[in-house]
Amino acid sequence: MANMAQAVRMALHFAEENLGVTDIFGEDVGPPLGGVFTVTQGLKTTWNSPLDERGIIGMAMGIAMGGGRPVAEIQFCDYIYNTVDLLKLAGNMYWCSAGDWNLPMVVKTPVGSGIRGSIYHSHSFDATATHIPGWKIVMPSTPLDAYGLMIAACKEPNPVMYLEPKALLRIQGEERIPGEPDDPKALSKLIDAPLGDRSQWKAQWPAGLEAFEVPIGKAKVVREGDRVTVVSYGRTLPLCKKAADELAADGISAEVIDLRTLWPYDWDAIKASVEKTSRVLFVNEDTEVTNFGEHLMRRTVEELFYKLSAPPKLLAGKFVPGIGLADNLEHASVPQLADISGAIRALAAEEP
Amino acid sequence: MDHVASNTKPPRTKASGAALPLPRELLVQMHELMVETRALEERLIQMYKQGHGYFWIGGPGEEAFNVPLGLLMKKGQGPAYDYLHAHYRQSGTMLALGEEPIGALRQMKNTATDPYSRGRNFAGHFSKKQWNIAPVSSPIEVQYQMAPGTAWMQKRHGGDGISIVTGGDAGTAEGDFASCLVWSSRPGNEVPLLIIVTNNQWGISTAAQGQHGEKHVADRGKAFNIRSKTIDGNDPVNCYLELQEAMDYVRKERKPFLMEAMVSRLYGHSSASGANFVGNETDCVASYERYLEQAGVLTREQMDGIRKKWVETLAEQARQVRDEPQPEGSDIWKFIFKERE
Repeated sequence: MANMAQAVRMALHFAEENLGVTDIFGEDVGPPLGGVFTVTQGLKTTWNSPLDERGIIGMAMGIAMGGGRPVAEIQFCDYIYNTVDLLKLAGNMYWCSAGDWNLPMVVKTPVGSGIRGSIYHSHSFDATATHIPGWKIVMPSTPLDAYGLMIAACKEPNPVMYLEPKALLRIQGEERIPGEPDDPKALSKLIDAPLGDRSQWKAQWPAGLEAFEVPIGKAKVVREGDRVTVVSYGRTLPLCKKAADELAADGISAEVIDLRTLWPYDWDAIKASVEKTSRVLFVNEDTEVTNFGEHLMRRTVEELFYKLSAPPKLLAGKFVPGIGLADNLEHASVPQLADISGAIRALAAEEP
Repeated sequence: MDHVASNTKPPRTKASGAALPLPRELLVQMHELMVETRALEERLIQMYKQGHGYFWIGGPGEEAFNVPLGLLMKKGQGPAYDYLHAHYRQSGTMLALGEEPIGALRQMKNTATDPYSRGRNFAGHFSKKQWNIAPVSSPIEVQYQMAPGTAWMQKRHGGDGISIVTGGDAGTAEGDFASCLVWSSRPGNEVPLLIIVTNNQWGISTAAQGQHGEKHVADRGKAFNIRSKTIDGNDPVNCYLELQEAMDYVRKERKPFLMEAMVSRLYGHSSASGANFVGNETDCVASYERYLEQAGVLTREQMDGIRKKWVETLAEQARQVRDEPQPEGSDIWKFIFKERE
């Protein structure tokens, strides 16, 4: 089974061969490196850009206006912040021109903690991205979803922000991507660039890849339960699943929803689950003040108040200026397994 | 090769001699378009002052440059044609391309019929995909960042379509202008982009003098091996010839060119600074009219007639626009996302 980096790479290969993707570019995206997380190795339309994030976003917008379909990468979302007004411009162009100009473009960027990235390789971007109207925003937590969401993103006529939880990029999936070989070693041999000189290397793409698509806007119930609903995405999603699995032994039944798309998000899925469980915990790792989970809580309170047996809860990153390098600092800053388990346990115990 | 020509040579419209520098019909056409543009901007200012619009910004003083630019553009849709990434002083280019002026009046009045933004954006914020006119936005620098992208697609497409980006001198202080120089001149990946700076030597109330140490903005092209030139932007004949030469180069060589045109700002920055006529800058329409009269191309009476025609036409159109509906509040929900086909 592919890991997430390989899954995105295969989706991009499929997209440049079949979905009209013309340019996959950014810092170190093209050969010889193929991306600092190997996500763009061996692809046909990759190229290296100047070290200029504003230039990357502007170029992607121009390519989209010029009839192309770009996938632009910002190497770490920590470095996307100087592009925010261009992201706003990309998000408002269709609206400002009253439907004259749309931008079919994807921006992908690794997000979040979990690789000892210290202050400038651990940022999250979901809270900021969800403040920018006009973008569709997705964030997979499994290789299969990563593949399917990238296929969907490359079919979109609108800007799509594709957030890659960097802690999960190397995690092997449990579900098979249609067309990939069964043996992960065989897959690696086909599509991972060799160490050392790779100037003569070419990827051997699996022949049976297909347009398997995870629709933008659709969440997924990854674990059913009836006492507590846990809504998460990205790095914290597998932790929520694991916590719920472990708590089942103590008789606590938690339903876990992988939101997968942050905008436009799947309210129906959240609503259906909360109406069933009457308790909800939102988990993500961006800083907790004006966090996207706060919006979901607000909507839960406004629309589902009389269905609730307990106040909705948010477990998110601490509102501190950075994520420090030392393990203790990182673990104290963003939700860990024990934090999530504790939050689910406490919420499950609440009675009106 | 000289990258930067000095701005001291005599304007071409003042050159003596019997032969006209451009065909008579073209001289006449440029004149009428310049007058139409000026009449449009003055009508927009009038609308603002009469309460038929909330804000005015535009390009009176740039007609001599903007009109030839429009006349020389290859008009159409897609990478085979020219793209324009303009700032908000470009009405002369739009009219020269053949746009009807009433659209600008509708945008001023923020009506539902505004063809560029449906009542959403300020005056002068054109958008017309049918002619590759990118939406104008208020940030004064972002167009420099997007323009290399369309030019990149045009280089790949082949043919002679180019991208054109315009902005003011104050905006060149933003990093996006430097980005534009970097991205358009990558060795082996140069793109067919005409980078234009109309230099009126002001950023709202701040003089360029105290902020910019470079002698000419165009000098910055040198460092990137971008062919560059500073020109007199108040002389339409000079602008036409210089733009023609620069555009020929970009079309054929598929490489960038940086052009700085020295222009006037005749009604200040915008309505925020009063939008009153300033008497101490060159008025390109007046000086061109003096030339046309001296050269025997048009008489004063003919030119007065043209002016009268446009003033009256635009006054009539402004009255028409006054009664057109505003967008409904529910309109805000339209055009957030395009539907997938």
